[in-house]
Amino acid sequence: MSMTMHVDIVSAETEIYSGTIIECYAPAEMGEVGIHPRHAPLLTKLKPGEVRVVLQDGEDQSFFINGGIMEIQPHVVTILSDSAIRAADIDEAAAQEAKARAEAAMQDRKSDLDYARAKAELVEAIAKIETIKKLRKRR
Amino acid sequence: MAGAKEIRSKIKSIQNTAKITKAMEMVAASKMRKAQDRMHASRPYAEKIRNVLAHLAQAHPEYQHPYLSDRPEVKRVGYIIVSTDRGLCGGLNTNMFKATVREMIEWDKQGVDVDVCAIGRKAVGFFGRFKCQLVAEADHLGDSPTMEDLIGTVKVMLDSYDEGRIDRLYLVHNEFVNTMTQRPRIHQMVPIMGEVDQELEHHWDYIYEPEAKHIIDGLMFRFIESQVYQGLVENIASEMSARMIAMKSATDNAGEIIKELQTVYNKARQAAITQEISEIVSGAAAV
Repeated sequence: MSMTMHVDIVSAETEIYSGTIIECYAPAEMGEVGIHPRHAPLLTKLKPGEVRVVLQDGEDQSFFINGGIMEIQPHVVTILSDSAIRAADIDEAAAQEAKARAEAAMQDRKSDLDYARAKAELVEAIAKIETIKKLRKRR
Repeated sequence: MAGAKEIRSKIKSIQNTAKITKAMEMVAASKMRKAQDRMHASRPYAEKIRNVLAHLAQAHPEYQHPYLSDRPEVKRVGYIIVSTDRGLCGGLNTNMFKATVREMIEWDKQGVDVDVCAIGRKAVGFFGRFKCQLVAEADHLGDSPTMEDLIGTVKVMLDSYDEGRIDRLYLVHNEFVNTMTQRPRIHQMVPIMGEVDQELEHHWDYIYEPEAKHIIDGLMFRFIESQVYQGLVENIASEMSARMIAMKSATDNAGEIIKELQTVYNKARQAAITQEISEIVSGAAAV
């Protein structure tokens, strides 16, 4: 058995990435997980954050997902995200703006629903900014 | 010149119709391209989530979701029927309704009742008149529907499955094969049918994070949503290409009719001229 696995990252709108990799990191709900080939079957929810895959030639690629579900089979990883983009495509200014807006909305909350939505937006915006920072650091 | 004027006005009116059908063909062609892109874009998600579910159906989870276990006795079934909002798309809706009605008759013979959830104006109209229970409907979803538009209607059906009012849920829509061919497709959504993968035959289960119930419930709802959404998007792509083909043949037919009428008109005109000449000649001979 070779020490590679296949990964598919799809979002509701489109397929983001599909290919052979040797390692994969994802923000699971219980904490970040690193997946290597021949991992035990695992089904987990994902938080908004960065998904990083290491290709066969050692190069890595980074994606941002805003939550979803991940299925792991020994040689297949499937990430079903609600929406996903390549990390390099994140608009940092827009993320900062969204963060500020969400914080403002949380300040003058009108109902619990608004609060919950603002909180979800805030989490997403922070996760986006984090992803960019990580990406920069690595380069 | 008997009837020449009538024929002329008829030709004119058919020419106008042809202009309209030509325009509709072109509109449908450009919408079709967009609808196809949308369909291809959301296909991977639908396929992948189906794979995951198929795996899950073969795992031996500690938590057995109701959507995964077949109910032994079927008393009532539900159909979610996805149709178009507008007509003039050939036999697209008719073929699909025929296929559905055929199945419904089968159920009727077995003494099983049928609930219908209609999406699209044509299905609402057709099954509203039909002898079956219309429990939910959604129309005017437009050319680029969103998941949110569907959630309400889908939830009605899933709730009635959860409460045991229906024992099976089917999805009916047109499958986009290619621009020339669309096929009505009826498939069972709940309980979920997984294909058996030989590799995964042995006894195993996932590790769940957090707990199994939470995540499987979420996955199930996502799955149903994405299946219906995919059906809807595919149906729109089918609608557009069926309309394009229908309008193309209408334009072609109009051209043929115009040609025929033109011949009739020319003959009538010729006959009138010949008659006039013969009248003049015989008149001159009489003098």
